[in-house]
Amino acid sequence: MEALQLEEYIEEQCELKTYTLEDYEGDVPRWCKGCGDFGILSSVQKLLRDDQVAPESVVAVSGIGCSSRFPHYLNTYGFHGIHGRAMTIATGVKLGRPDLKVLVTMGDGDCFSIGGGHWLHSMRYNTDLTVIVMDNEIYALTKNQVSPTTHCGTSTNTTPHGAVLKEMNVLSVMLGITNTSFLAQTASWTPGHLDKTIKAAWNHKGTSFVRVLQKCPIFSPQAFGQDGKVKAPFTFLRDENGIPVDKVFEKMAPVIDHNCKDLDAAKKIAMMEETSSPLGLLYHNPSIPTYEESLHATADKITPEEKVVRLNEELDKYTI
Amino acid sequence: MPHHGVLTMKESKKIKLDEHIVEFVCDAGEGAQKAAVSFAKVSAKMGNSLWTVEIIPSEIQPPPHTMGSTSGNRIRLSSKTVTNGGNLTNVVVAFNEMNLLSRIKGKMLADDVVVIIDNKWANDPDETIRKQYREILDELKAKGADIYEVPIEEKTMTLIDNPQRGKNMVALGMLGYLYTRDMDILADEIRSIFKKKSKEIQDNNVALLTLGYELAKETINFQYVIESTPFKVPMVAMNGNEAVALGAVAAGFEHCSMYPITPATSATHALSEYFGRMGGIVHQAEDEIAAIGVALGSYYAGRTTLTITSGPGMALKTEFLGLTVMTETPLVVVNVQRGGPSTGLPTKIEQGDLLSSLFSTPGDAPKVIMAPTDIEECYHVMITARKIAEEFRMLVIVLTDANLATGTQLYPRPKLSTESFPPPMDMSPIPVGTKPYDWDEETGLSRRIIPGQPGGMCRTTSLNHSPEGKVNHDPDMNQKAHRMRSRKLMTLQKSLKKPEVYGDKEGDLLVVSWGSLKGPIDEAVDNLRKEGKKVGAISLQFLSPFPPGLKEIFSKYKKVMVVELNYSDDWDDPMVNEDTRRYSQLSMLLRSHTLVDVDCFTRVYGRPLMPMEIYDALSKRLAQK
Repeated sequence: MEALQLEEYIEEQCELKTYTLEDYEGDVPRWCKGCGDFGILSSVQKLLRDDQVAPESVVAVSGIGCSSRFPHYLNTYGFHGIHGRAMTIATGVKLGRPDLKVLVTMGDGDCFSIGGGHWLHSMRYNTDLTVIVMDNEIYALTKNQVSPTTHCGTSTNTTPHGAVLKEMNVLSVMLGITNTSFLAQTASWTPGHLDKTIKAAWNHKGTSFVRVLQKCPIFSPQAFGQDGKVKAPFTFLRDENGIPVDKVFEKMAPVIDHNCKDLDAAKKIAMMEETSSPLGLLYHNPSIPTYEESLHATADKITPEEKVVRLNEELDKYTI
Repeated sequence: MPHHGVLTMKESKKIKLDEHIVEFVCDAGEGAQKAAVSFAKVSAKMGNSLWTVEIIPSEIQPPPHTMGSTSGNRIRLSSKTVTNGGNLTNVVVAFNEMNLLSRIKGKMLADDVVVIIDNKWANDPDETIRKQYREILDELKAKGADIYEVPIEEKTMTLIDNPQRGKNMVALGMLGYLYTRDMDILADEIRSIFKKKSKEIQDNNVALLTLGYELAKETINFQYVIESTPFKVPMVAMNGNEAVALGAVAAGFEHCSMYPITPATSATHALSEYFGRMGGIVHQAEDEIAAIGVALGSYYAGRTTLTITSGPGMALKTEFLGLTVMTETPLVVVNVQRGGPSTGLPTKIEQGDLLSSLFSTPGDAPKVIMAPTDIEECYHVMITARKIAEEFRMLVIVLTDANLATGTQLYPRPKLSTESFPPPMDMSPIPVGTKPYDWDEETGLSRRIIPGQPGGMCRTTSLNHSPEGKVNHDPDMNQKAHRMRSRKLMTLQKSLKKPEVYGDKEGDLLVVSWGSLKGPIDEAVDNLRKEGKKVGAISLQFLSPFPPGLKEIFSKYKKVMVVELNYSDDWDDPMVNEDTRRYSQLSMLLRSHTLVDVDCFTRVYGRPLMPMEIYDALSKRLAQK
């Protein structure tokens, strides 16, 4: 046996295999050049590599849209579902298999519009899911229609004279939902901040919701400042329990102090939409029980044989 | 007859019967259901077969003394096996005339019905009530009813102050007399109902029961005797929703994801009750779509999961049904059918969801559809459905209905073993190169890979995909993927048995049905054959795929006719002809499947068809050219 083979053999036998980035690479991504989705994919892959997460222990669930092609590009288990329903499938996976790590990727239309009902209720369930919404403020795959987060006045194919409605403040919505336990916002062009935010979300037990601000290079290049040049409408949140703010970001945008344990402070920040979009961990409460823990606590752990005994006891009640 | 201590036997005329239908109705909250259930239970203990139907008001607190407030039970008792609710009611006990009127309006009472009614309304201070009481009874009497006006409430008040809390027991005692029930067993049953209450309360209720018995004896000079032989095997009595729930546990289902909808919800109530002790969970989702989404996600992840709903819920689940088929994820969906379209008749039976179950999804989505014909099958179908879903990686829709859901039937107690449970979740490593859709060209079957299996990482997608699970837009691959999914249905079809014909194996008329109409149809066929008519019947447990041999069976009869509970145009409607007639759902399918001119007789009364109604329809069809 050659030395290399032996090493591989030993690694396999002793489960000492070291996962590299390649182990998490699925199909070659087919997103457009300049799309922020690439950065998020690479962020997730780095995270899995850093934590040496077994690829078979992860399920990536998505809906429909550009962002929802994500599972195809990640070499874990993946479920590319139907429009708006990713949260329901992911909840099912986690309820069925609490031992699996579940990642959900959606777009703004997918999550906030057609999936709106599931979004709200899933936040309340607080199932242990890492949720990433890639928010480019536009329907891109269907070719440029207005989304709930499209800014008022934006011209799209369905609003050629400008969107008439004011955009939805999704952060304040989530901070109003019982059991919201982790809410963060980051941007696709702040790579270090993105990585750290996704990592913090991954490590949170409960529904960790990350909204990633990004532009669609084709249909919303104007989103978040002209040509993606970040001028102003951001504020970084500095918080020892939150996402560290690199020096370089301090030059890009204002930085304010925040306490992510303080729900009222988080709500205030979320409502500052007119002037600034907060980047960082808005709210974190690790003590809220997860849905799967609460639900499974109601079920006895029994053997099949014991189940037959108990089922017979139920039948006794119906026996004449 | 063994009798209760204080009773003395007086001679009364004994009328021997094979079977009888008795109803007990009152205002909601007056306890008819409790008393009727006890009566049914005691009859079953004595060895009668039965089918009971709940009479349920559609509102939670309807105004009393109205037709809408009528609540109670309808019980068919027989010395032989009972498979359905039967024909018209022979005996009705009513606490007021409006309860009685609701049953008259429902056309449920036989002309010669025996009526036992509280006479307090005859002297009610309100003239309107006195008048309507008299009119209703006079009208019934004119048609031939035998009416007993009895001071039920007055007598009850000789023992207790509040008649609302005891007159049901007096009425139960009367029924005990009328049907020569064993009063010791009845008294024991009453004590067991009140076992958590004080001995005084138990004694009071037994005293009321005895009072009712004596009251009936003074008033009615005959008694019915329905021969009963104690059962040789242990029997269980439950409704179809409870049977579905127990069957689901026996099948090894561990999760149920649901959203409340009548008349399906009580099945999930039962599951919620059982699952805690059985190691399972019930998730009440935010809506019908989420309910199936969670079920699908859970089954995809390897957990045996079902969802239970009714028509409007099915409509909302449609896109997920397609996803289930496309991703070849096992899933069992129970649809307890109710009247449609739209909100329709939420508490009442219809068999209106066959075509929508088959064809609602966009594109071609082959799936399995099964329909239990009685409550016993509601239990067993769950085990078969689970096995097919997993072995074929298919969506299995189980169609029951509101009649099965709330009816109660006696059936042999199922034998339980771990064999009906699925094998432990497969967590073995997947060999390198294994494809998630490695379709066998002949059968369309492929090995299911479960998340967590090392080496099995793959994508499951709603888009058309290759055997590798990759998104694929290639024309040939789309054609092939469709063919493979269709092939699975054929593979299953090969394992199905030719349906068994009830009655004549060849002759003038074959009746084809599905679901809970089997019982009344078989009875109608029995009656026609007694007259020498050559008639047979088949009931289809599988609606997709159809079992083999249908065309061959059809060819043995001069006429073939479907009887089912969904809408079709009647031939005698002046607008109806070959060009305009809309056929019923199963007949449409059978016509295209066999190219035989299958006729249909259907009604959407919101209740099951009675054997006599089916008998009339079949007789009419036989008489036609």
